[in-house]
Amino acid sequence: MANENNRSGLLTGALLAPATAWFLIMLIMPLIVVAIFSFGERSPVGGYVASFTFDQYANLPSRFAAFRNTLTFAPFGTLASLLIAYPLAYFLAVKVSARWKLLLLVLVIVPFWTSLLIRTYAWIFILGGKGIPAMLAFIGIDDVRLINTPFAVMVGIIYGYLPLMVFPIYVSLDKLDKRLLEASSDLGGTPFRSFLQITLPLSMPGMATGCMLVFILLMGEFLIPAFLGGGKIFFVGNALVDLFLQSRNWPFGSAVAIMLVIVMLITVTLYMRLTVGKSTGRDESLM
Amino acid sequence: MSKDYKDNAPITAKKFMEEFRRYQKGSVSRRHFMGVTGLGTAMAVMGSAMPGLMSSPAHASGDLGDRLIFSTWPNYHNPANMENFTGDTGVNIQINAFGSNEEMLAKLQAGATGWDVFVPTNYTISNYVELDLIQELDLSRLPNHDPSSQSPMFSNPATVDGKVYAVLKNWGHTGIAYNSAKLSKAPTSWKDFFDMTMGEGSGHTIVHDYQLTTIGGALCALGYSFNSVDAGELAKAEKLLIDSKPHLFAITSDYQPGMRSGDAWMTICWNGDGLQLNNDIPEIKYTLATDGGEIWSDFYCIPKDAEHVDAAYAFINYLLDPKVQVLEFESHGYATGDSRVDALLPPETAENEILFPAAELMNGLEFGAAATLTDPLRAEVIARFKSA
Repeated sequence: MANENNRSGLLTGALLAPATAWFLIMLIMPLIVVAIFSFGERSPVGGYVASFTFDQYANLPSRFAAFRNTLTFAPFGTLASLLIAYPLAYFLAVKVSARWKLLLLVLVIVPFWTSLLIRTYAWIFILGGKGIPAMLAFIGIDDVRLINTPFAVMVGIIYGYLPLMVFPIYVSLDKLDKRLLEASSDLGGTPFRSFLQITLPLSMPGMATGCMLVFILLMGEFLIPAFLGGGKIFFVGNALVDLFLQSRNWPFGSAVAIMLVIVMLITVTLYMRLTVGKSTGRDESLM
Repeated sequence: MSKDYKDNAPITAKKFMEEFRRYQKGSVSRRHFMGVTGLGTAMAVMGSAMPGLMSSPAHASGDLGDRLIFSTWPNYHNPANMENFTGDTGVNIQINAFGSNEEMLAKLQAGATGWDVFVPTNYTISNYVELDLIQELDLSRLPNHDPSSQSPMFSNPATVDGKVYAVLKNWGHTGIAYNSAKLSKAPTSWKDFFDMTMGEGSGHTIVHDYQLTTIGGALCALGYSFNSVDAGELAKAEKLLIDSKPHLFAITSDYQPGMRSGDAWMTICWNGDGLQLNNDIPEIKYTLATDGGEIWSDFYCIPKDAEHVDAAYAFINYLLDPKVQVLEFESHGYATGDSRVDALLPPETAENEILFPAAELMNGLEFGAAATLTDPLRAEVIARFKSA
């Protein structure tokens, strides 16, 4: 008996080893390096010199605006993506005939074939003075400024992240047992009521997954605000790019990164508490 | 041209799906599907960005390898020259464009860039030598390099402690570009530039995402040196920048799209960009400021850990050929400081005021100082301004 336990323990250990190694090398080690750096000092020419100081953390308030912007745009961007993605996913999963489904799904993926950088750069011209504002001027609406505004950043976020929201919702709606809807209508439920009581709750896991994907990636976003916000709308991601690639202040950059991880852990934990409870206990299908 | 014009037209949606179905059912090969839908072409284009995926042509001049990684500035080369070099040698060039010298330094300090050639500005070279990041050049491998044809004022920073680490590429100056059709008066100084940013040009001004020129411009507007690292003067410059921030259109070194679309009316500008903009849109003018500014020269350097050193020397030598330099000039509009090249340019070039402004304006300019590159205070001022 003891022998068998030992053997299965060994087997479990062996099977877990690759995942554990991966986890240690790819996640834990870099985080430890960043944590160590965050207590260091910037060397006179930039970079890092070993030290033990809390100066970097004391300087964090100077990046307050970046955290405020990120913590505003990330949740609102996630919410906006959800509101736009849901009808689209619903349409794809429920309304579209099998004949068209594949083509439409491919169209949702197609943008991923080009890098986000190039697609976001294209939006500079669409939202710039010779793009949409010029068309609006043609019909008499003058002096509309779109580029380098919070609106432009929001458009870029929705454009860039929509597919990540559509797919999880699509999958959860596609799995939905249509007989439940028939039963609901047999029992006198209106289509709207059936949607609220059956479709919406059953698609909660998809929405929760989509929101998580979009929100976490948005917390680290820097490209969209840099391009469509004209460098004036500054996220934590931009602060990090700046500190590592321009000022070469690695210790302060590391402190900002650690702070971002902490903020992310808190918000994601809160979010999980809120959503998992509501998604009818089927938390195993979250990811 | 025996092919029908439609052969080059993009595929229709219907045809795409028909082909996709045929491919799915297995009635056509993947290769056929890629070919007719254009997906193959799309991949070939992507492939050309990754030279490792492409078969390289036979080498005409020795074995230089098949690739070279080149880091430089936006709008700074003639694509035809790049193609010719690849055609002659089989070396594919991968170009990285940068927005600031600090960004280049950051990449080199972090190590393992893979760069073979890069283009630093005068004030950075002594820092790179001190940090042991660049190689001393073997000038015998650059027969097109002729020090006697170059103006020493521009080529001097290439030599550190008697050793040559760089060869001169171009020189230029940093001033103001403005759209004369949108503004009631022409800015003539950095003081004007910031006053007008917060006045009639509000919402339409661009400053660089670059400590040297943006902080430098603000310092000049306040009557200080472009290169100041004095804490009190920098604090005042930071205040001026932060006060003007709500009035800015953008903080970016990629200012041509904004100026060309008419969204931006005024920008800190390098003279070659000024010339490019002025050539295409005559109402966009370029001027030096009466209260100072920057004069600079750019160089070719080879990083210490370059992997394709032979190709790097061949590439630099090729770009130093006066005829190649003329083509480069036609594309980017920066003077070379090389008398062999000037002799080949049309005579009216010498009278161009964007290239060669009046002496009294030039006299007020300063070369960027080495101290500004690594000064922690300047780095933090620009970072705080951007995150404000």
